[in-house]
Amino acid sequence: MAGDGTPAAVASRDAFGDALVRLGEIHPEVVVLDADLSESTRTRKFAKKFPERFFDMGIAEANMLGVAAGLSLAGKTPFCCSFACFITGRFDQVRMSICYSATNVRIVGSHCGVAIGEDGYSQMGLEDIALMRALPTMSIIQPADELETAGAVEYLVEHKGPAFLRTTRQKLDRVNKDGYVFQFGKGVMLADGKDLTIVATGGTVGPALKAAALLAKDGVSARVINIHTIKPIDVDLLAKAARETKRILTVEDHQITGGLGGAVCEALADREPVRVRRHGIPDVFGESGTPEALYQHFKLDAAGIAAVARDFVAGR
Amino acid sequence: MTLDGPTLTTLRRRAFDLRIDNLTAIAAAGSGHPGGTLSAMDILQTLFFVEMRQRPAEPHWPERDRFVLSKGHAVPALYTVLAHSGYFSRDLLPTLRHLGSPLQGHPADFLLPGIEASTGSLGQGFSIGIGMALASKLDGDKFRTYVMIGDGESQEGQIWEAAMSAPKYNLDNLCVILDHNKIQLDGSVVEIMNIEPFADKMRAFNWNVLTIDGHDYQQIAGAFAEARATKGKPTFIVAQTIKGKGVSFMEGKVAWHGVAPNKDQLAAAVAELRAAQALIEPADQGGHSGPVGGNA
Repeated sequence: MAGDGTPAAVASRDAFGDALVRLGEIHPEVVVLDADLSESTRTRKFAKKFPERFFDMGIAEANMLGVAAGLSLAGKTPFCCSFACFITGRFDQVRMSICYSATNVRIVGSHCGVAIGEDGYSQMGLEDIALMRALPTMSIIQPADELETAGAVEYLVEHKGPAFLRTTRQKLDRVNKDGYVFQFGKGVMLADGKDLTIVATGGTVGPALKAAALLAKDGVSARVINIHTIKPIDVDLLAKAARETKRILTVEDHQITGGLGGAVCEALADREPVRVRRHGIPDVFGESGTPEALYQHFKLDAAGIAAVARDFVAGR
Repeated sequence: MTLDGPTLTTLRRRAFDLRIDNLTAIAAAGSGHPGGTLSAMDILQTLFFVEMRQRPAEPHWPERDRFVLSKGHAVPALYTVLAHSGYFSRDLLPTLRHLGSPLQGHPADFLLPGIEASTGSLGQGFSIGIGMALASKLDGDKFRTYVMIGDGESQEGQIWEAAMSAPKYNLDNLCVILDHNKIQLDGSVVEIMNIEPFADKMRAFNWNVLTIDGHDYQQIAGAFAEARATKGKPTFIVAQTIKGKGVSFMEGKVAWHGVAPNKDQLAAAVAELRAAQALIEPADQGGHSGPVGGNA
């Protein structure tokens, strides 16, 4: 708890690592693979607790993904972890060994977005959602806070089929209430409003909620929806928001091509076509900087999101 | 281990039936990779009819030995052996590569019993086999895993990631076979991108390495027995094979890597195979007529 009684912010990679240890106790079929990043992906706690069920495959992600597929085909529930960008670098192994081989591998791509900061573009997962979304049978989950991460990991132990879990390096403010229950495939309305709907995912949900508070001071009423399950996406909730608020602003720490924005546009085009503004990394490379400076630069902090929303509502 | 006379005779005679069914299916499809199916066939027959513990009527039996065909383009050979083993009807074979058939041009594990992994993008099945072997170790080592890779396939980087990783886990329940037929689509493996000395490389990677004639049933079965008896290390079998083995006009020919025989070519191949088969006297009643894999 922070001094004011609000829960402390927790990175989703930390919430993932802790949940994995808890679930490892109950589920002997859970195994974990990593590619020399166990300190960064937070699988190290599991490795220490269950060394016989942890496999450090070295800096060889293609082999790691294939070994995870084989473990799954022989009845295990593998969590296969690396930075999101290094997973997408082995897209063919995800496509063939994990999806087309009908496995239950859970890929955990950490260090997503420009929010990883100083390491720069080579370590930033910025195209992973777009690539994973194109694969039949693949599900994609990006939790927005500690509670949602724990719920998602618990859900994934039982999920049928392959899945991609996107986690963050940066700490995430609590956006869900105590007692929150994760529901796969269901979006969560966190604030109601009538002028536009801000649809966010993962690390941008907290800033989007704060942006809605800033907009309220200017007399702009913003609904905020958290899409933690990007595939399959909650079309009903999005269509209702489109019908009721007429404008949709998507916000993500990912390329605006093929990510959450793309998924929302595709879902609404057929059901409830309205104006959609896609906000995120605008088809450019990320760069080095502090996470805060980068969120300000790409207008992904509360002030930046509010400014984009104001322009959108004003018809600019 | 030595195969007894009747078993050997049955295997040798069935090898012709398998090659004929395989080529007939590829001809019916009008496309495919005959050369690499014929080089792999004798090894596949030995796996399914001698070496592996299998229950074709119970394809998901948890303790079955696993086989992964990493060189997925040779799958018509595997379909043929599976059909002859009783996994599914031989009537399915001519549906190969037809719309709606479970016999895809490359293996799809969710469509057909006996196919353990979807392969066809080269270099990936080796890693999948390692995962299966690791799972077996976690569960008390109840089954063995076999993987077949190609020599052209071994130009993929993932093969070497996999080769590095299996010895780390002392996977003596894993046996990888190289179908070393020395020809790939664009030409000879030596000319395209030489992989030799392959056996030395695998020894340097800490594998138990055996080199055999991949068309000699005694040598094939003997190598599998030696692999089973080897503790603490995975086994790698370099099987020296002939691309297109058994059909004189296909043997050693680059052109037959990826082209189906037409009607006349199929008829010539079948005639040659039947004539060769007729030279082998059938085994007495004591010979095996079906799968004999272990105690399945």
